[in-house]
Amino acid sequence: MRSQRKNDKDRQKALTRRAVVMGGVQVTLLGGLAARMYYLQVVSASKYKVMAEQNRINVRLISPQRGRILDRYGVALATSQRNYRIVIVAEQAADIPSTLDAIGMLVPLNQQQKTRVIRDIGRRHAFVPVVVLENLTWDQVARIEVNLVDLPGVSIDVGSNRFYPYASKVSHVVGYVAPVSEDELNGDPMLELPDFRIGKSGIEKDQDLALRGSAGTSEIEVNALGRVVREITRDEGQPGQEIATTIDMALQDYTMRRIADQESVAVVLMDALTGEVLVMASSPAYDDNAFTHGISNELWHDLITDPHAPLNNKTIQGVYPPGSTFKPVTGMAALSNGIITPDFKVLCTGQLKLGDAVFHCWKHGGHGTLDLHGGYKNSCDIYFYEVARRTGIDRIAAMAHKLGFGQPTGIDIPNERPGLIPTAEWKKKKYGVSWQTGETFNAGIGQGYISVTPLQLCTMLARLVTNKQVIPHLVRQQGVMRPPGVASADQPGSGPGVTNASAVIGGLGDGDDGTASEDATDGGDGGGDGDDIGFADLGCDPAQLAAVLSGMNAVVNEPGGTAYRARIMDPAMAMGGKSGTAQVKHITMAEREHGLRNPESLPWADRDHALFIAFAPVSAPRYVTAVVVEHGIGGSVVAAPIARDLLVQCQKRDPAHKVPADPVAIIPWTPPPVLGKDGKPVRSTAAATPPDGNAEIPD
Amino acid sequence: MSLYFGERQRQLTLADKLRSVSWGLMLLLCVIGAIGCAVLYSAANGNMQPWAMASMIRFSVSLVMLLVVAVVDIKFWYRASYPLYILGLILLVLVDFKGTRGLGAQRWLTLGPLSLQPSEIMKIGLIMALARYFSARKLEEVGRFVYLLPPMMMVALPAALVMKQPDLGTAMMLGMSATCMFFIAGVRIWVFAVGFMGLAGMVPIAWRFMKAYQKQRILTFLNPQADSLGAGYHLMQSEIALGSGGFWGKGFLQGTQSHLDFLPEKQTDFIFTMFAEEFGMVGGLVLLALYALVIIYGFAIGLRSRNQYGKLLALGLACNLFLYVFINIAMVMGVLPVVGVPLPLISYGGTAMLTLMFGFGLMISVYIHRDTRLNRRGESEG
Repeated sequence: MRSQRKNDKDRQKALTRRAVVMGGVQVTLLGGLAARMYYLQVVSASKYKVMAEQNRINVRLISPQRGRILDRYGVALATSQRNYRIVIVAEQAADIPSTLDAIGMLVPLNQQQKTRVIRDIGRRHAFVPVVVLENLTWDQVARIEVNLVDLPGVSIDVGSNRFYPYASKVSHVVGYVAPVSEDELNGDPMLELPDFRIGKSGIEKDQDLALRGSAGTSEIEVNALGRVVREITRDEGQPGQEIATTIDMALQDYTMRRIADQESVAVVLMDALTGEVLVMASSPAYDDNAFTHGISNELWHDLITDPHAPLNNKTIQGVYPPGSTFKPVTGMAALSNGIITPDFKVLCTGQLKLGDAVFHCWKHGGHGTLDLHGGYKNSCDIYFYEVARRTGIDRIAAMAHKLGFGQPTGIDIPNERPGLIPTAEWKKKKYGVSWQTGETFNAGIGQGYISVTPLQLCTMLARLVTNKQVIPHLVRQQGVMRPPGVASADQPGSGPGVTNASAVIGGLGDGDDGTASEDATDGGDGGGDGDDIGFADLGCDPAQLAAVLSGMNAVVNEPGGTAYRARIMDPAMAMGGKSGTAQVKHITMAEREHGLRNPESLPWADRDHALFIAFAPVSAPRYVTAVVVEHGIGGSVVAAPIARDLLVQCQKRDPAHKVPADPVAIIPWTPPPVLGKDGKPVRSTAAATPPDGNAEIPD
Repeated sequence: MSLYFGERQRQLTLADKLRSVSWGLMLLLCVIGAIGCAVLYSAANGNMQPWAMASMIRFSVSLVMLLVVAVVDIKFWYRASYPLYILGLILLVLVDFKGTRGLGAQRWLTLGPLSLQPSEIMKIGLIMALARYFSARKLEEVGRFVYLLPPMMMVALPAALVMKQPDLGTAMMLGMSATCMFFIAGVRIWVFAVGFMGLAGMVPIAWRFMKAYQKQRILTFLNPQADSLGAGYHLMQSEIALGSGGFWGKGFLQGTQSHLDFLPEKQTDFIFTMFAEEFGMVGGLVLLALYALVIIYGFAIGLRSRNQYGKLLALGLACNLFLYVFINIAMVMGVLPVVGVPLPLISYGGTAMLTLMFGFGLMISVYIHRDTRLNRRGESEG
């Protein structure tokens, strides 16, 4: 019994010992757990908190409203339109096919669309809304809304579409938007939104970043399956900025109608002082609305295969030989280098021999002896051959560059072409052959290698009349727009608006002697509105500029000038200009011997381009324009009347000084009577028939 | 026998027994049970259904059962040890034939309106059987290997049956709580060393017999990031939920990870994660402390008992509780592989709750009958 007791005692001692050891192990292990808890919940807490947020918070982007594009008075050229669409949430809908059938009773929905919806639903989570039909009319919206009670899971959703109210009237300026392509993705998640549109051309492309705005975000809490539990925060984002362009939509619209009877035309009208482009018209044009939803293959094919290249903005992408419109450059190059004075005289016999080659004047019999004034007025080729020969190609090229040729003007829309101004060095490099004097002749009258864009022509003229390094631009203002009516009053500064050249030739309209009038002013309004945006001086001698401009005045306003019939009768609005007819096809000797060919008999693509550049009013030049009618044959006959009509309308509106009461008023245009040499109206549409039969067309 | 007059055995009345119930332990259990109901309420996004109400009812019912078990004389439990163990064994065999599959394993046995998990019952049955076996052995006998063969068989049989379900977690739990019993009973250390080496040698063989999901769990445990959307997902999400809870937690019903279903099995095995997400490290430590107190109670009761069976039983049950708590929490914190071990009294699960409360009932019974002396046949001595 005693041993039994002792035995029990030993056993109990052993058990107690073991229990204490066991307890110690357990305490240690629990302590380990506490340490691990400390590590997870205190040491690494911040890391896990971030991970938890990422887990549960799903940030959704909200497409910002794209900014509007406006004309100079606030008329919308591009805006966003509400796009009402029917969406269906599968998990809330009773039976998809029968629901779709029910929708089909209310709005047109074909079998193909139904199949697509069912397919889309099958591919997505049941709680993701699927679009059934887009771009509903208001009537259709109403019909669905009324019946929503019977259509569980169906709702009306509002999206946003880009809309261009003027469509093809101004599409080359405004450009278009389209779904983002693969290579435009740059990591910005906004671009990946399914209904995001990106600017692809024109202002839409150039100002894309400003127009986009910044995406809003909606932080939503999702569960592990991705189902939305609730919205935590919502940031609507910044709607895109509005862009006011320099375009005067009424004038633009007028221009598009004015040139509609020609196959392919490019027109630029600028405020020479500010570089603001008032009209930029390229015809034929395209409807930019077609791109918003992704253009159809057929339409795209038609657009890119059309020989008139409707997608091209010809004012910046069309390069043409400038023809006689280049003569002001040749003249300025010679004058500024002291090669000639305005009194320099040349005898034109109709042709000029250079070695074995014979260079012809456009006028068969020649012009007789001419000075610079006469050279411009008659657009005598022989005169400018001689001037060019004396000046040399490199000096001409230098002046051309100074006036803006041979490089992009820097206008604020993309894809501008630089054109080409050749030099001796350029030719050696490109062809490995020395420059020939004959090529200088050609260059002197804007033929040969020279190619320019209509915008460059317009810029050149703006620089000539202002003696400033004018740079054209289309964006007038960015940000929140002021209401129309104060558009020109908010420009900062009120620097001198009068330019040397305009002062010098002020008063040209009063007489046709072309002498400078020292006391000319800008008419009291040129500087008042403070549109001087500080272009650098061009550095030309004002007297020399005046000589060239007075020659251009003579072209239009002196009887016998090549564009005399296109003159503006109101002296206060009178324009000066220069016509140009650019050869597309070389005239062969055989053709010349057969007598000059009738240009009308040539295929369209071989006909000469008709060009005209003009400024107005001659008393204080402010508006400059360049008109290029592709294969239009005669610059003075076809292009000059367009320039004239445009400058008349422009001066009536006078956007540099006035704000029209009704910016969108449609300027009427009916083909105007053509004035004969005596100033009396002759029968209309004479433009189609050259005045001297098929013989000589003034360049 | 006359030497121990002062501790004279007397017949305890029911009132005596009820008075000597360790109410401190009861209070701890009720606090843990209440926490469990609150967490289940939160797990259902602030609803009593489907878990909190059921759990509350089960807890109340098993609390009554606990008291009944507690007042039943320890001699009865001593004698009932082997029969209960045999019953558990029979149920385990039955579950192989008639069991319901749940989570890829046959674990449930439907008896009328009740669904039983025999493996849970076996946890208590094994402890009771081992306590009875060792309490009848002298210290020298325990030191001899021959006497260790029967208890080894007692462990191996149910462990093999449970493994076959397959439920690796419970099989290991059985093995480990048996190991604790062996240790406390005084089995020599070298036996453990040999046993451990033997097990280590068997690992490669066991690996070949393991089911794919079991292998996956272990691989996942070793490198959870390797497969963060697949099997590693649960573990990653568990750590994220715990870690993001921080020191003070996100607040009751505010646990984002659990409420948004990122957390798997949040009402059962991963309930501690949810609790610690909402109540932070402070809450986690408090709960850990509550469990520690219950375990300490178990140890105290065991050491205080005057009979070997009571000692072994109470210590075994305390160790069993420790294993539950440790393995579950270590698992959700990424310290141990994911095995199906619930958090005692908190995880949603009927059988586990009942068997645990049964165990606590036994523990209190040991306390009430702490002065009872038992001979080998379970009769009072002296």
